[in-house]
Amino acid sequence: MARITLEGVAKSFGAHAVIHGADLEIADGSFVVFVGPSGCGKTTLLRLIAGLEDVTAGRILIDGANLVGVPAAKRGLSMVFQSYALYPHMSVRGNIGFGLKMAGTPRAEASRKVEAAAATLNLTAYLDRKPRELSGGQRQRVAIGRAIVREPKAFLFDEPLSNLDAALRVQMRLEITTLQRQLKTTAIYVTHDQVEAMTMADRIVVLNAGRIEQFGSPLELYDRPANLFVAGFIGSPRMNFVGQETAHSYGAATIGIRPEHLKAARDGEGWQGRVSVAEHLGSDTFLHVDVPGIGNLTARSIGELGLTTGDPVCLLPDPARIHRFDRDGKSMRS
Amino acid sequence: MGRRITPVRLLINTVAAWIVGLMIFFPILWMVLASFKTELEAFATPPSFLFFDWTLENYATVQGRSDYLHHALNSVIVAGGSTLIAMLIAVPAAWSMAFAPSKRTKDILLWMLSTKMMPPVGVLMPIYLLYRTFGMLDTLSGLILVLCLGNLPIVVWMLFTYFKEIPKDILEAARMDGATIGRELIYVLTPMAVPGIASTLLLNVILAWNEAFWTLNLSTSAAAPLTVFIASYSSPEGLFWAKLSAASTMAIAPILVLGWFSQRQLVRGLTFGAVK
Repeated sequence: MARITLEGVAKSFGAHAVIHGADLEIADGSFVVFVGPSGCGKTTLLRLIAGLEDVTAGRILIDGANLVGVPAAKRGLSMVFQSYALYPHMSVRGNIGFGLKMAGTPRAEASRKVEAAAATLNLTAYLDRKPRELSGGQRQRVAIGRAIVREPKAFLFDEPLSNLDAALRVQMRLEITTLQRQLKTTAIYVTHDQVEAMTMADRIVVLNAGRIEQFGSPLELYDRPANLFVAGFIGSPRMNFVGQETAHSYGAATIGIRPEHLKAARDGEGWQGRVSVAEHLGSDTFLHVDVPGIGNLTARSIGELGLTTGDPVCLLPDPARIHRFDRDGKSMRS
Repeated sequence: MGRRITPVRLLINTVAAWIVGLMIFFPILWMVLASFKTELEAFATPPSFLFFDWTLENYATVQGRSDYLHHALNSVIVAGGSTLIAMLIAVPAAWSMAFAPSKRTKDILLWMLSTKMMPPVGVLMPIYLLYRTFGMLDTLSGLILVLCLGNLPIVVWMLFTYFKEIPKDILEAARMDGATIGRELIYVLTPMAVPGIASTLLLNVILAWNEAFWTLNLSTSAAAPLTVFIASYSSPEGLFWAKLSAASTMAIAPILVLGWFSQRQLVRGLTFGAVK
């Protein structure tokens, strides 16, 4: 249980600045996801909070207490690593119980807690196995067990699902969110996958090149992106951007329309173009359309439209869902 | 698809492996056989292989002329002592280079290795003079020092490679679990590094046991280990093949036993990290 505050947190490796003064207020019990392209500094920011890296400037506070200078071991946070980082020479029981042992928890109590954590994660049958005898998903569970058993102030997850296959990832995603809701422990989760970010987070921090671009709930980011970067990063397929005269006619330097807000039809009003590629998913159709004078646009339609490559098509943007951006890429909202 | 191994192929492979193995082992076998011959038979042309008068007289003579146990004890002290001191210096050194590298770490590693590129005879004169000046010739401490320094680069390198293989994440996980540096060392790093430390230790004992250049040049009798004991049978007044063989057999026996019992550990240690 903890409120985490970042005040002007900066990190440089030598002359290379990785985080440029981040300010953030993470509410107690919330699930916050750091998302951004690789190299944006999201893992570094997490490691700064963990205490595995030292800040170059700024303060990190937990419930108002400054953590800068406090070693990782004493911060009372727990972390799940991308590589799981299980202790290979210890059994599952030993792995989950290691933190309790370090904290000097009495043996009987520790054993009871380890078994409770194992039961929550369906690991009871594997308690005496070594990590090498487990599957990827089971190892991941052990890593999570190790994190929850200590009842930390907050969980830190560093891309924990990226080594799992797609189906398992979806399942573990659900398990982690459910677990976090039950425990009501503050969680910070780092990922480069915006679907994970959208589905798991209470609030998302979008990072780019060491700066926080926006901090908000998933739907806030979707409906009201602060700038071109967030607009392009959140949402799949990504937002269409149109510049030049078309944008000027809306009084903006660039306008953005999400593929799902472009209504495609064989004929009618809107921008005239030709289908260059049609992707049929059954439930949806993604049309990549070449519109003369505007460029390539992607439109998403529910169901099957029966359009294929070379067909003429009309794209009508939903006027209420057009995002306008100024010359600096900032959102213009009236 | 894996290659199919037919019984004929397996037979050929087995025979070939045995031939190569025996060729490598033959000199040692010959030495052991010669140690049981009389001096005359040891010289004989054509040599007799198994059908000769087996005798233990060489062993008796060797033990009577020079004290085997004295030299063996020196070997144990020198090999064990130099290894122990080298490990005490090398473990923290390799640890810091692997987990807290600085800008100079790579240079230091290369510099250490470069000391092994020079033939030892190049520094024999200065070292001999130093030892003479400080009265360290033919002393156990002198031999321990020179062997320790000679093997230190290899020990540091080996340990560094093992420590490097231990994923940093695991140590960080221990830190997140609330372990202090000391407990991280005891509960996580050491158990994971034990195979590496053990094989480095074994290899260093073998290297120090067999080291002949410095031991021959810096000791004569009081501190002389088994290498000097062997060499004393190749003397200017004539070669005594049978006695030399007996002395050699006695000298290599302990290390052969050690190697035999630790072969699994040694092979694992030497190929550690080669295959992920």
